Amino acid sequence: MEIDNRLPGSEQPNRRKFLLTAGSAMAAGVMATRVPAATVPGQTAGAAAPAGGAIPITLRINGKEHSLRIDPRTTLLDCLRETVALTGTKKGCDHGQCGACTVHVNGRRVLSCLNFAAMHDGEEITTIEGLGTPDAMHPMQEAFYSHDAYQCGYCTSGQIMSAVALLKEPCGSDDAAVKELMSGNICRCGAYANIIAAIQQVRKRA
Amino acid sequence: MHTFEFIRPADQAAAIATAAQTKTAQQGAEVRFLGGGTTLIDLMKLNVETPARVLDINRLPLDKIEATSDGGLQIGAMVRNSDLAYHAKVQKDYSVLSQAILEGASAQIRNMATVGGNLLQRTRCVYFRDTAMTCNKREPGSGCPAITGHNRTLAILGGSDHCIATNPSDMCVALAALEATVQIQGTKGSRAVAFGDFHLLPASTPNRETVLEPGDLITHVILPAPIAGSKQVYLKLRDRASYEFALASAAVVLTISSGKISRTQIALGGVGTKPWRSPEAEAALAGKPTTDAIFREAAEAALRGAKPQSENKFKIELAKRCLTHALRIATAN
Repeated sequence: MEIDNRLPGSEQPNRRKFLLTAGSAMAAGVMATRVPAATVPGQTAGAAAPAGGAIPITLRINGKEHSLRIDPRTTLLDCLRETVALTGTKKGCDHGQCGACTVHVNGRRVLSCLNFAAMHDGEEITTIEGLGTPDAMHPMQEAFYSHDAYQCGYCTSGQIMSAVALLKEPCGSDDAAVKELMSGNICRCGAYANIIAAIQQVRKRA
Repeated sequence: MHTFEFIRPADQAAAIATAAQTKTAQQGAEVRFLGGGTTLIDLMKLNVETPARVLDINRLPLDKIEATSDGGLQIGAMVRNSDLAYHAKVQKDYSVLSQAILEGASAQIRNMATVGGNLLQRTRCVYFRDTAMTCNKREPGSGCPAITGHNRTLAILGGSDHCIATNPSDMCVALAALEATVQIQGTKGSRAVAFGDFHLLPASTPNRETVLEPGDLITHVILPAPIAGSKQVYLKLRDRASYEFALASAAVVLTISSGKISRTQIALGGVGTKPWRSPEAEAALAGKPTTDAIFREAAEAALRGAKPQSENKFKIELAKRCLTHALRIATAN
């Protein structure tokens, strides 16, 4: 028997589209089976709701103001990804050990996984989405692209956010100094050599 | 993560009054001050810390570095590690502190972590961080599996039968060597604690790590006037070149006159249950010439009381070589 492996028509596989579809299907499943906490035997409403209730915060993200109500437990990382739907910032270890979640707060690079969003009420957040667009890339994005400074790409937004912040930090001119200041961003694929080359090119042109 | 109430106190007095409602300021505190979050939020995710109230003190005006009347430096508790490390006066007069901070964590974490928070940084002992395991520090009296378990990175100085958890801080090792003072504001007023007295040895109460009582807020760290002409070195040895905790480290502050060591202040990191000042090494160096043999004698003296565990005997020799080499670097030229 012959199996037809061709994809139907113009429907090429698309990871993001697949995840979005699968994600909303899963979310719908969760919504359908969700029961108010108070109706679960042995559990009080207070156990599911935040102790102080949801709190209002305003974040200025990539130049745009977002007024949100969040559970105080929400990390800045989860707030960006889940509440504001800016998924360019990645969750790697979620414990401050990998740097994938690096964003800028008031112009300085920080780990968004080890911050509560509520700590940043009124502050200026920059994510990878605020750095450039596919048509008008930030010089660091261009340099990563032209140096092939990634393989799987999962750590890339964190690497680029770190690298852009590094341009304004005290950093020696040699590769060793860059490596030291980029040591908080781990790349499982080991694209380090190209990452350093990309950063050094931008620094030399600046 | 357990639920909690997020509170931003209006001022220092409000922060202290609310924090004073906790039964303990140590492990198990119901109220926690939130600085950079790099330790606290990590441990809250692991359910090692489960405060009912979190007081965000990031906007209290404790973010200044100012000269003191006697020529020293007063560092606000909310000063970020990176701002302290790159401060011109710190780089010039207290370079061991700048070096130690820049050897720790990553650029992102240094941008977040505060000076006050670094003093309260918790151990990286895997048993402390894992609520499936027993731990005398986390649950007093439950036992210490580290003593018979995985203890390669744990302490060889200052441990007890109850706990051998290493203090992970680099910054604190430099502060110990610099003889800093911790300024604390509490419900009964303000007090100054010598750095060496701030952290406690585990003894039979490893859950008590510092002298802090409910309501106590670290407001400043004060450095004494700089030691004129002092050589300062922080040397850190670890499993990878960067972004890793110390297996052994040494902070050295010394002065030389007429070829002899005239003053030394030495502390070790990565090997002690608290930032480890070594009066033994200092005594061995006082008045001596700057030779490798003398440095080795000082290192032998510093580690004389070391008690290794099943996996970390190597740390004794590593710490000795670390201190010897730090002294060599400090006295070169």
